[in-house]
Amino acid sequence: MNHLDKLESQSIYILREAYREFKSLCMLWSIGKDSTVLLWLARKAFLGHVPLPLVHIDTHYKIPAMIAYRDKIALEWKLNMVYGENKQALDAKNTFPDGKIDRLSCCKLLKSEALKHTLAGDWPRYRLDHGQGHYVLDTYTEPYTGVIVGARADEEGSRSKERYFSPRDKQSDWDVGDQPPELWNQYKTDFAPGTHIRIHPLLDWTELNIWEYIERENIPIIDLYFDKGEGKRYRSLGCYPCTFPVESSSKNVQEIIEELRSGKFANIAERSGRAQDKEDGGGLETLRREGYM
Amino acid sequence: MPLEQMNIVIVGHVDHGKSTLIGRLLADTGSLPEGKLEQVREMCKRSAKPFEYAFLLDALKDEQSQGITIDTARSFFNTEKRHYIIIDAPGHIEFLKNMITGAARAEAALLLIDVKEGVQENSRRHGFMMSFLGIKQIIVLVNKMDLVHYSQKAYDHVVSEYTAFLKEINLEPLAFVPIAAREGQNLIPYSNTEMSWYKGQSILELMDGLEKEKSQSFQPLRFPVQDIYKFTEEGDDRRIVVGTIETGSVSVGDEVVFYPSQKKSVIKTIEGFNLPSQKKIESGFATGFTLETQLYIKPGELMCKATETRALVGATFRANIFWMGKNPLIKNKRYKLKLGSARTSVYLKEIVSVLNAAELTQENKPEVERHEVAECIFQTLKPVAFDISSQIEATGRFVVIDDYEIAGGGIITDCIETESLLTDYVKSREFSWERSDISPFKRTEKFGQKPQFIVITGPRRVGKLALAKALEAELFLANKSVYFLGISNLLAGLGSDVRVAEDREEHIRRLGEMSHLFTDAGLLLISTISDLDDNEVKILKTLNAPNDLLVINVGESHFYEFPVDCLIEKDLPIYQAIQKIKELLYKKDILIEYYL
Repeated sequence: MNHLDKLESQSIYILREAYREFKSLCMLWSIGKDSTVLLWLARKAFLGHVPLPLVHIDTHYKIPAMIAYRDKIALEWKLNMVYGENKQALDAKNTFPDGKIDRLSCCKLLKSEALKHTLAGDWPRYRLDHGQGHYVLDTYTEPYTGVIVGARADEEGSRSKERYFSPRDKQSDWDVGDQPPELWNQYKTDFAPGTHIRIHPLLDWTELNIWEYIERENIPIIDLYFDKGEGKRYRSLGCYPCTFPVESSSKNVQEIIEELRSGKFANIAERSGRAQDKEDGGGLETLRREGYM
Repeated sequence: MPLEQMNIVIVGHVDHGKSTLIGRLLADTGSLPEGKLEQVREMCKRSAKPFEYAFLLDALKDEQSQGITIDTARSFFNTEKRHYIIIDAPGHIEFLKNMITGAARAEAALLLIDVKEGVQENSRRHGFMMSFLGIKQIIVLVNKMDLVHYSQKAYDHVVSEYTAFLKEINLEPLAFVPIAAREGQNLIPYSNTEMSWYKGQSILELMDGLEKEKSQSFQPLRFPVQDIYKFTEEGDDRRIVVGTIETGSVSVGDEVVFYPSQKKSVIKTIEGFNLPSQKKIESGFATGFTLETQLYIKPGELMCKATETRALVGATFRANIFWMGKNPLIKNKRYKLKLGSARTSVYLKEIVSVLNAAELTQENKPEVERHEVAECIFQTLKPVAFDISSQIEATGRFVVIDDYEIAGGGIITDCIETESLLTDYVKSREFSWERSDISPFKRTEKFGQKPQFIVITGPRRVGKLALAKALEAELFLANKSVYFLGISNLLAGLGSDVRVAEDREEHIRRLGEMSHLFTDAGLLLISTISDLDDNEVKILKTLNAPNDLLVINVGESHFYEFPVDCLIEKDLPIYQAIQKIKELLYKKDILIEYYL
């Protein structure tokens, strides 16, 4: 078995472990390459099925192609697709694009807050009705106690300390100093009432592994990652006011892999196109402790 | 071709230079993101701190303020040969569980010792834990050689002291290397400019010489059943047994046995998604199988091949355990055991000895405290399948859960034949039970019935509950002393401290315990429970002793060997089912016709 087989098997094991142990389980799907690989791995783990809801936090500032792609795949693969949003902040135009707050505060409101309440079930969730082809108010309002996330350890300093099964308290807070031990494929699957667990099946994958796997499995990834002749492509996806394409002429998966292995991105951080990370020293860590993915 | 990947953990006593080593390794191998080194240097200048390579790793504010590594962090770098994932494990005793988490993921360990401070408590403890966790490749780095002017004498002193310790725990390191991490001495090839007396290899060369974990496919098959899937969407009718093959290999057509249930079947297909069809699969792969026969098994079983060495099945075993729990490991407390895919209740039966992993001293103690290692005997409520860890590692080790947390990790050293926990318990219960003056015979005479626990089982949604209630009503009207106990009663009342609904085992135990009260009082007790299996009936029978148990199965039976007392077809009208049960009750003299 090669190292992609190993990563794949480990992720499948973790997904199955989560499915076995958590009654109210969901998977976050950001439409980006990592969580799309995660979705593919779920189909591997569950032999072609995806027996759990996919949750997307819609900030309503996502690059429009992302939403189109989300719904196309959801209908095609018959996914149990759910989205949530921060309606209050959006209605009050309390956002960075509206000029009222800075980038980090905007992330906090439109993503972290929306996510927290969508997971808890105390804000409305919208579910894709496959019969009607559009979203309807979800009647399932129980909190999700297990949340599968596509975080990778190599993304950024704070993520390198995550566990595969990582507990969060009632406020979705992450206690970095006191994390559970993990050994011999045994994870924290027991949790006290009111707390929930974040599950990270992709923790050991690198950005390069992700692309190698997309190539091997021929996963239909969103085409924003590819240069369409303008010498630009996205390396990381997010909201359009804060995410910028990088200069690159990689037109397909093969060229991206080449670029990552030897080319100019070999030593530049993946999230360098994300403006919110740069606002203070520990931008992503601060966001993460408060529930950001 | 993608590069090979390897996880390496760096351990050692606090302040012996782990983070510095990793920072310098990243810098010297050109693995840092552009501008990162300059950025950290700049940050140090601004805060008037001397630059340290360790700062490169301390991504978290928390950590920088305390100046010690709290948790394992991963960093990545490549050599021509491999892609390395370096796990930085904390050296402070407070964070032993984090060190273990990091080390358990590694294939090899670099153990650092500060030449000036010499062998410290955690140098020993970590060495011991590496061998405990099953890491066989260890390179010992004697660091901070610059502080002793690169003296060979100082180096030799540490080497001989630590070698003596490792000998006691039967561990042989691959190599000792003198280094000065801060100065970059001996990290990468040709970097040793100060220690001409050292002729060995640099860290990087030694790392590239480490061996990848060997494939376990030559071992007997061990496939812990993680789950059984039947997703019916899109007309899918496959019933798939899923899990990851720990050791061995298996092919379509192979006869397999599941332990502890001992059920047998034959592999029909190997299942996968977006995969070409396979006839054979080996260790390491997460996969799934369909079987030739409809077998009712539960997650937690261990699948082996009929023609190979079988796994051990038992309820009592000897193990070495290290304890990380906030509360000590004590007797007479119910813990949860996770072994392979099995989960069951476990009790500490005996502490043979407690070992101080740093001093290697043994003592007798009534409990095992945090950070201690002990040889113990454990007993489970129901039998589990396992191996001796020296034979098959993956199925010979386990973790113990206390209060939602993984509190201990253990390796099994022996299987012990003994009476089961329940038999022991029932014996002592019967011994200390104060008997009333009314004999069971008198009760039977008065009630016109023999006490009996009537269990109605079968798959979900086959009308068990309705049948149970109707049976109760029928017997009640016939003047029998009968009581229907719904499982929900248990949940709401006596069993309210049962944490999760899945905690079925504890449920069964309580049901058995309650049935004993009712039958001891001379009553007929009726209860329903879905999908009872052979072993669970055994538990109920043991606990209900000396009175009897009658098992009625509605619909498809999931018993393997246990002879059901009465089989009732799924759609049989209730009055007919009751008639059938009543006939049986008369036949068995449980209901007695009035005699004057």
